[in-house]
Amino acid sequence: MKKIVFKRPESLKKEPFRYCPGCGHSLIHRLIAECIDSFGIRGKTIGIAPVGCAVFAYDYFNIDMIECAHGRPPAVATGIKRTRPDKIVFSYQGDGDLAAIGTAEIIHAANRGENISVFFINNANYGMTGGQMAPTTLLEQYTSTTRSGRKPEIHGYPLRIAELLSTIEGTSFVIRTAVNSHKNLMNTKRAIEKAFRYQIEDRGFSLVEILSQCPVGWKMSPEDSLKWVDETMSKIFPLGVYKDKFKEAD
Amino acid sequence: MKTRILMKGNEAIAEAAVRAGCRFYAGYPITPQNEIPEYLSWRMLEVGGVFIQAESELAAINMVYGASAAGIRAMTSSSSPGISLKQEAISFLAGAELPCVIVNMQRGGPGLGNISASQADYFQAVKGGGHGDYKIIVYAPYSVQELWDLTILAFDKADEYRTPVMILGDAIIGQMMEPFYPTDYKKPELPDKDWIIDGCEGRLPHVIKTLYMGDGELEMMNNKLQKKYKNIKNKEVISEGHFIDDAELIVVAFGIAARIALSSVIKLRRKGIKVGLFRPVTLFPFPENELFLISDENKRFLVVEMNAGQMLEDVKLAINGRSEVLFYGRTGGMVVSPEEIDKKILSLIDLKCNVKM
Repeated sequence: MKKIVFKRPESLKKEPFRYCPGCGHSLIHRLIAECIDSFGIRGKTIGIAPVGCAVFAYDYFNIDMIECAHGRPPAVATGIKRTRPDKIVFSYQGDGDLAAIGTAEIIHAANRGENISVFFINNANYGMTGGQMAPTTLLEQYTSTTRSGRKPEIHGYPLRIAELLSTIEGTSFVIRTAVNSHKNLMNTKRAIEKAFRYQIEDRGFSLVEILSQCPVGWKMSPEDSLKWVDETMSKIFPLGVYKDKFKEAD
Repeated sequence: MKTRILMKGNEAIAEAAVRAGCRFYAGYPITPQNEIPEYLSWRMLEVGGVFIQAESELAAINMVYGASAAGIRAMTSSSSPGISLKQEAISFLAGAELPCVIVNMQRGGPGLGNISASQADYFQAVKGGGHGDYKIIVYAPYSVQELWDLTILAFDKADEYRTPVMILGDAIIGQMMEPFYPTDYKKPELPDKDWIIDGCEGRLPHVIKTLYMGDGELEMMNNKLQKKYKNIKNKEVISEGHFIDDAELIVVAFGIAARIALSSVIKLRRKGIKVGLFRPVTLFPFPENELFLISDENKRFLVVEMNAGQMLEDVKLAINGRSEVLFYGRTGGMVVSPEEIDKKILSLIDLKCNVKM
């Protein structure tokens, strides 16, 4: 007798990912889709796509999706969730979207304690537009707008979103994970699951910051990019739980 | 029995929105429209709606974008500098074909300007404002009664055409109190909102988007929008004429300038001066045919605006050289007075009738 042990989640369309080889987005899409399936919430989940590499998320997620202006997903999520509190709403945002142009929106959605789940993909550069400096670009990192590496006196410092949001009273669950190894993938899946679960249980705002490899933007092989997340990126952006308001309750 | 009630313009808009079934409002404080969010902050709670004081104008209108996409009647309001901030999202709302109502209680500009009444956002409202080829329906009320009626109409037209609709008022109309009939709302037959995102249970997933990367896809989308705008132009023009038939000089004005001009026109008519008033109520669609039909070589037109001459361009395009078109305006939040308009009209009219003013 045949037993299916691995299949396409129902929450993903039968559409091949068009992301670059080695990119973390497709892995994260799959993890989110698996979690939506496992909660059985596909029919009431609404996803918000960012402007950036993941703008085409609506081509992949087999659920109701909306795309909006750059940086504004937390505001759009607020409008949807407040008027449809019985639905599950998540935004999927890159570092340009969430940590640069949309900083005001994410901070205030978090501060209002909106009952939404935010998946923040940090790949330390602007992938879609060709690898420019992001707010999360590391010091000395080469990008197409920091040809001699990011210099703090000119470009400022990498912005630590998980740390920042954990200081905001309105947030419930803030964590940073990665998708560069099997272990990290499983941790990320657990974090996504928890973010959805907290929303289902009306526990308020969750943000899962996910360090995601961008071999093309980083000018390295997919294999080296996995190592770079461990050896360099996670030194500046340490993995771990930054806040869990309901930890004792569990 | 019909009774009139006394209300401030801004509050009349807020209550009319609630009566029209608006259940989501997000806004950011700015003078002279603060009574709208203040009123809705408690009124929305009474009717089970949502009020959010947003962190910015951008956030406010993007919250409206989300609520509208979820199928809820939604509104935001602001005044000129705040409306500038909303332009990005207005372009997105038009592109995504999301209905909503946007109120602009105009103040003096450019920049921070001042908080006095102005009509200097005409171009921004009727010519687009944001990026891309789009239009929104723009209503220019000139009384509190019209603020009420047009706000209600705005929600219906927004849903009918799946488009943002703007109420273009100003500091005077928003701040003044006036008695009016709070007519009951009767919802007309409107198309089902079968496009919303509320979870794909029992159906295929919906996608609301404005990005079209395929060859020719975006042009097709634009053609669809242009067809809609043509339809709106054919069906939704509202305008009003006073003493037009035998008028030698026709004043063209909208909103509060039309209200002021009308008092001047009525006064001069009593003196036997052949002057009339033409008032566009919709600024997009602009009543171009209506204006063209009343123009000829024996008539002259005087456009009166509280700006440096913006609707003037549309009046000239509509009349297309058939009549002389003149202009009188004040800028920077200065309000045109009836006396100024009298004087201007008298300086243009051939005073054969020897009127004593």
